[in-house]
Amino acid sequence: MTEKLKIAVVKMTGCAGCQMEFLRLEEEMPFVLEIADIRYFVMAKRENLEGPYDLTFVEGSVSTPRELEELKELRSRSKTLVAFGDCACHGCVPSILNWLPPDVAANTVYPNFEAIHSKKESYRKICPLGEFVTVDIYQRGCPPHKNTILEVLRSATLGIAPFLRRHPVCVECKLRENVCILTFEKRPCMGPVTAAGCGAICPTVNRECEGCYGPMSNANAQSLAQKFSEIGLPKDHVTRKFRKYAGITSAFAKEADNR
Amino acid sequence: MSREREIKVGYLSRVEGQGSLEIKVSSGNIKELRLEIFEPPKFFEAFLVGRHCSEVHELTSRICGICPVPHQITALRAIENAMGIQISEQTRNLRKIMNYGCHIASHILSLYFLAAPDYLGCESVFAMVKDYFPIVKRALQLKKLGNDLVELIGGRTIHPVSAVVNGFTKIPEREDMRQMRQRLVDAKQDAADTTKFIASLNVPQFVRKCEHVALSNPEEFAVNEGLLASTEGIMVEEEKYREYVRELQVDYSWAKHSEIVGRGAFLVGPLARVNLNFDKLSHDSKKLAQEIGFEVPNFNPFMSHVARALEVVNAIDDCVKTIDGVPLREEDRSYEIGAGTGYAITEAPRGLLYHSYEVGEDGAVKKADIVTPTAHNARNIENDLRELVPTIADLPDEEATLKCEMLVRAYDPCISCSVHYVNLDRTKKRKS
Repeated sequence: MTEKLKIAVVKMTGCAGCQMEFLRLEEEMPFVLEIADIRYFVMAKRENLEGPYDLTFVEGSVSTPRELEELKELRSRSKTLVAFGDCACHGCVPSILNWLPPDVAANTVYPNFEAIHSKKESYRKICPLGEFVTVDIYQRGCPPHKNTILEVLRSATLGIAPFLRRHPVCVECKLRENVCILTFEKRPCMGPVTAAGCGAICPTVNRECEGCYGPMSNANAQSLAQKFSEIGLPKDHVTRKFRKYAGITSAFAKEADNR
Repeated sequence: MSREREIKVGYLSRVEGQGSLEIKVSSGNIKELRLEIFEPPKFFEAFLVGRHCSEVHELTSRICGICPVPHQITALRAIENAMGIQISEQTRNLRKIMNYGCHIASHILSLYFLAAPDYLGCESVFAMVKDYFPIVKRALQLKKLGNDLVELIGGRTIHPVSAVVNGFTKIPEREDMRQMRQRLVDAKQDAADTTKFIASLNVPQFVRKCEHVALSNPEEFAVNEGLLASTEGIMVEEEKYREYVRELQVDYSWAKHSEIVGRGAFLVGPLARVNLNFDKLSHDSKKLAQEIGFEVPNFNPFMSHVARALEVVNAIDDCVKTIDGVPLREEDRSYEIGAGTGYAITEAPRGLLYHSYEVGEDGAVKKADIVTPTAHNARNIENDLRELVPTIADLPDEEATLKCEMLVRAYDPCISCSVHYVNLDRTKKRKS
C-alpha cells in the first residue's frame, strides 16, 4: 500500500454508540491502524488535525445551526462522506421528536428554555445529513455492525464502493434457520421492510425486529402495516412501530403519520 | 505566578460528547469558570410521552452508546415498579452480569483510551501502540471481555436487544456461559495488572471533600438496586430520590445541574461507590486495594481511576460468583399492564442514574424524568476546577490546561447522556 487513508470520525447529535462500535474493532485495531491514519476523532484523540480527509465518518444527525455549518465544511474537506449509523442516515430514535411541537419539547425538559436557547440555538428537530449535503455512503444500523465499518475501510483502500446490504433482514433470518415469527407466531416483526446487516439478531433471540437498520430498498411499508392490523395490532402501535428508527424517511412516512 | 490567565478548551477531547471548558483568571481570582455543554439537547423526556411501556428501555438505550445497558435496566426497573411487576432471581442476576459487562468495557475505555495517554505523554491510545503495545493489548482484551459479556446476555453489545420487561427473550446457552466464566477467571490477572498499572501513574495530589452519592445495598456491591446513600448520611429508598436531589438550569449549558437539597453539589461514580461500599467489594479487590495503599474514604477525584480499576476486579469476581448461581432456564415473562408511577436508580459506569415514569391504563407513558450521572456531576466538576486552578497557577498555560482536562477526564463525563450540556469556533481550529 502506498499511502494510508486519512480518516475522520465526527460526532453530531447522537449517542456515541457508532463511535463505540468503531472502538469495538479491538482485535482488528492493529489492522485498522495499518491502513488508516486517524486524523480526527475527538472522543479518542487530543490532537485532532484539519482535513482534507479521504474518508469521514459522521455520527449523528444535524439539530443545530452550528452542526449544519460544520457538516458543510466537513463535506468540502472530505473525499468520501459516510453517514455513519442511523441518526446520520435517517434520524433514528431522536427523530421521534419531530412529531412534537417545538415548544412542548422544550418546555417539558427545561424550566426556562429561552434562556439557553438565546445563546445556543437548537432546531428542536432532527435532520439526517442527506437533507443538506451529498452523502457518499449510507452506513445503516443502530449501531452499524463493526464488520460493516471494516467493509467501508477496506473498500476505501481499494477505491471501490462498499458492499452494504439493502435486502431485508428476512434473508439473514432464513440463513440463520429461524422460524418466521411474523407468519407462524403472528408477532409484529419489522424484518420484511428493514435493511439487513445485523445478522437478524433480534428474531434469533426470539424477539421481533424493531427496524433499527432503517428501510430496505423498495420497502413495502403499507403492506406490512396492513399485515400488522390483520394480526390484531392496534393502530397506534402500528404507528409507533414505523415512527421509531426511520419514521421521517419517505419509505415509512405514511405509516409513521397514521393516527 | 500568572495572575492573568485564560484556560480555554474549545472542544474537550477524550471524553464522550461535545463540551468545552472556559476559565478566566484575573488578579489571581477566578472570574469565570464554565464547563459548557454544547452537545445539542435531545428531549427524550418529551418524546417518550405517548410511547408504550414495553419499548421505553429500547428508546432510552439510545441516550448513550457507552452505557446503553444501565439505561435499559433503569428504564425496565422503573417501568416494572410502576406496574408492580416482581422480577425473578434469574432476571435480577442476568441483569447484574450484563451491567457489570458494561462497567468493565466502559471502565477499560476510560482508563486506557481516555485517561492513560495523558499520564504517558501520548495524545491517544493509537499513539500508545508504538511504545506501549503490551499495555494496549491488555486493554483491548479486557474491553472485548466486557463487550462480549454484554452480547452474551443481551444479544448485542451496543444497544442490547434481549432484555425486556420482566425478563429476557432468550436465556444464554449453558455452554456459552461456561466458556464466558472461564474467560472471566482467566482475565483476573489482567484486571489486577490494570489496577497496579493505574496505581503507578503519577496522579495529582488534590483533595477536596464533598458529598459522595451512590447506590448502597446491605446484601451486595450495588449496581442495579439498593438504597440512595451518601457520605453525609443519606440512606433512603429510591422512590425518595426527588426529595433529596433537585435539578437547576444553567443558561450556558444544555446539561442541567444537580444538587442535594439544602447542601449543594455532589460526586457520583466509581470513587463514590467504592467509598460508600468498600466492605462489599470482593475479597481480592479489597486485598489489591490494600496492596497498592488505597484507603477509604478518599476524596481525591483523580483517584476515581484507581476506584475504576478496583471495580473491574470486583466486577469479574462478582460475575463469576453470580454465574454459578444462575439456573439458566426459560421463564414465564407475561405481565399485566396497569397504571402507576415507578422510580428506579442504578449505577451506570459513570455513577448514579435515575429514571422515573408515570404509565397510564393503556400502557402509554404519561410522564418521564431522567437524570444521568454526568448531569449529577456537572456542578461538582466545576467546584473541583475552582479549587484546582489556584494550585496550578505556576504551571505554564499548556500544562495548566492539560491538568484541567485531566480532572474532567477523571470524571469520565458522558456528555451525550447529560443533555437534556459556548460559543466556540471549533470548525475553524480543529486542534483542541
